[in-house]
Amino acid sequence: MPQQIPDDAPWSAEDSVGLVEPRTLQFDTALELECGRTLSSYELVYETYGTLNSDASNAVLICHALSGHHHAAGYNSTDDKRPGWWDTCIGPGKVIDTNRFFVVSLNNLGGCHGSTGPSSINPETGQPWGPDFPMMTVKDWVNSQARLADVMGISRWAAVIGGSMGGMQALQWSIDYPDRLSHAVVIAAAPKLSAQNIAFNEVARQSILTDPNFHGGRYYLHDTYPRQGLILARMVGHITYLSEDAMRMKFGRDLRAGRFHFGFDVEFQVESYLRHQGEVFSRNFDANTYLLMTKALDYFDPAREFDNSLETALAKPECKFLVMSFTSDWRFAPERSREIVNGLVHAGRDVSYAEIDTPKGHDAFLLDIPEYTKLFGAYMHRVANEVENGVNNVEAGNHA
Amino acid sequence: MRDDLQLISDWIPADASLLDLGCGDGTLLAHLQHHKQIRGYGLEINQDNLAACFEKGVNVLEQDLDEGLGNFQNHRFDYVVMTQALQAVLRPDQILNEMLRVGREAIITFPNFGHWRVRAYLGLKGRMPVSSALPYEWYNTPNIHLCTVQDFETHCRKSNIRILERQVINRRHHSGLLARLWPNLFGEIAIYRVTV
Repeated sequence: MPQQIPDDAPWSAEDSVGLVEPRTLQFDTALELECGRTLSSYELVYETYGTLNSDASNAVLICHALSGHHHAAGYNSTDDKRPGWWDTCIGPGKVIDTNRFFVVSLNNLGGCHGSTGPSSINPETGQPWGPDFPMMTVKDWVNSQARLADVMGISRWAAVIGGSMGGMQALQWSIDYPDRLSHAVVIAAAPKLSAQNIAFNEVARQSILTDPNFHGGRYYLHDTYPRQGLILARMVGHITYLSEDAMRMKFGRDLRAGRFHFGFDVEFQVESYLRHQGEVFSRNFDANTYLLMTKALDYFDPAREFDNSLETALAKPECKFLVMSFTSDWRFAPERSREIVNGLVHAGRDVSYAEIDTPKGHDAFLLDIPEYTKLFGAYMHRVANEVENGVNNVEAGNHA
Repeated sequence: MRDDLQLISDWIPADASLLDLGCGDGTLLAHLQHHKQIRGYGLEINQDNLAACFEKGVNVLEQDLDEGLGNFQNHRFDYVVMTQALQAVLRPDQILNEMLRVGREAIITFPNFGHWRVRAYLGLKGRMPVSSALPYEWYNTPNIHLCTVQDFETHCRKSNIRILERQVINRRHHSGLLARLWPNLFGEIAIYRVTV
């Protein structure tokens, strides 16, 4: 249907990748998983932005965070009110410049946005997988991403980039496939979750697991879903994504009606905000996927395979690293990023580190913060220059 | 490149490992990376300098020198360099010890407060010296621990720090005869290579 596109439409903006279409790839070679099980076949949904160059050296992989997906930039339809989740960073002339890079962004296995996951049909039973879907780990995701790269003819990424759980995937890439990436960009991440992180995840999981509509994870068959549980899980999660300062600045103690009602309905703005976030999320996210993703986070600990020595694990990578953190992030605080940096320095790896001063908390990695954009942009500029000068094909590994 | 940086790079052998404290825009590290295949890291807190290092392809870590070097292992580096920053840190004595803990040798440069022009400024004008090596006013200077060539050498002796090499240069960055004979009077910038 031909459409009149207004000149000021967001998808026709100069720095937007515009209208994009997701694609799906079917994989029929069994994938061995860390939990001991195998996925005999599966689908991955992904989007790409920019153009792959002739020697396939300008490809960049975007790894998504807990509630993310493949739609990282641009618009899927002219009805979309908002662009992809990392549109602030991906586009022509932006930090991850699609005039220079070929950007690949996928939905991870176990997800609920098109890639095979708990809400997909299990070919063996003809029913949704539900709780029978195998537990995924960051390592499994990286393996499946490597297969996607194989199919796309990308033998080496110019960079693997991610924030939060996405940063953990970038780190795992550098350890598991050292010769398949030139740079790893690890933003607002941690080398493993703390007890406090796991505790928050467990509260989120319990709120879903104890929802009467959960039905042991087979809620699809009852034509319902654990709405209340998902709302609670998201509300708890959201508190950890914002800093105390960010909440104070955004809501303070503002009242919706300007006075106390002496009841349990929404009174404070912050309550309204959290309920709204939870509500929207519960409509768009699968509960089993949420359970699985939080477990993948809890399990993440690349040092575990190396006698619990992060330094030994980080002796494996050959790529260069950019690690960034945000001062007010208390979910994965700057100290956690510095653990990664120190491990890399001890192992003699090439690493740069920046700590962005912002009150925005963990969510800062998704925002357009001038200092962040400048530093991230400077680094990506260099990565693009290296691609264009062909310096990453053969790299001597002499380390300090 | 600044002459003190040129001098330093002459002192550093090929393939050395290096930590550059207050590395600025990464000029020294980039130069040594290209010409001597050194491997190393810079520490910096200024955002513009961090961005410049990122673009140059120099490893740089955002880290405040006043918080120490506790994240680096003993003798991790062949050289630890600090140019024009000794006078700006909270505890020059402690950072010096730290430099010699994480590095085999330390290279330090600082503006010499004993230079005759500085002495004359204070002695004759009766005002805090302002010069090309010390361009700040008393109220906005980051230079909170200025010292002279003699102060530094006295401190080294007391702390059992061995001076391996010394160069003093004037503001035209030349090492003249006077500066060699009377470094504390005619040297504007002092450059030391030290070890324990």
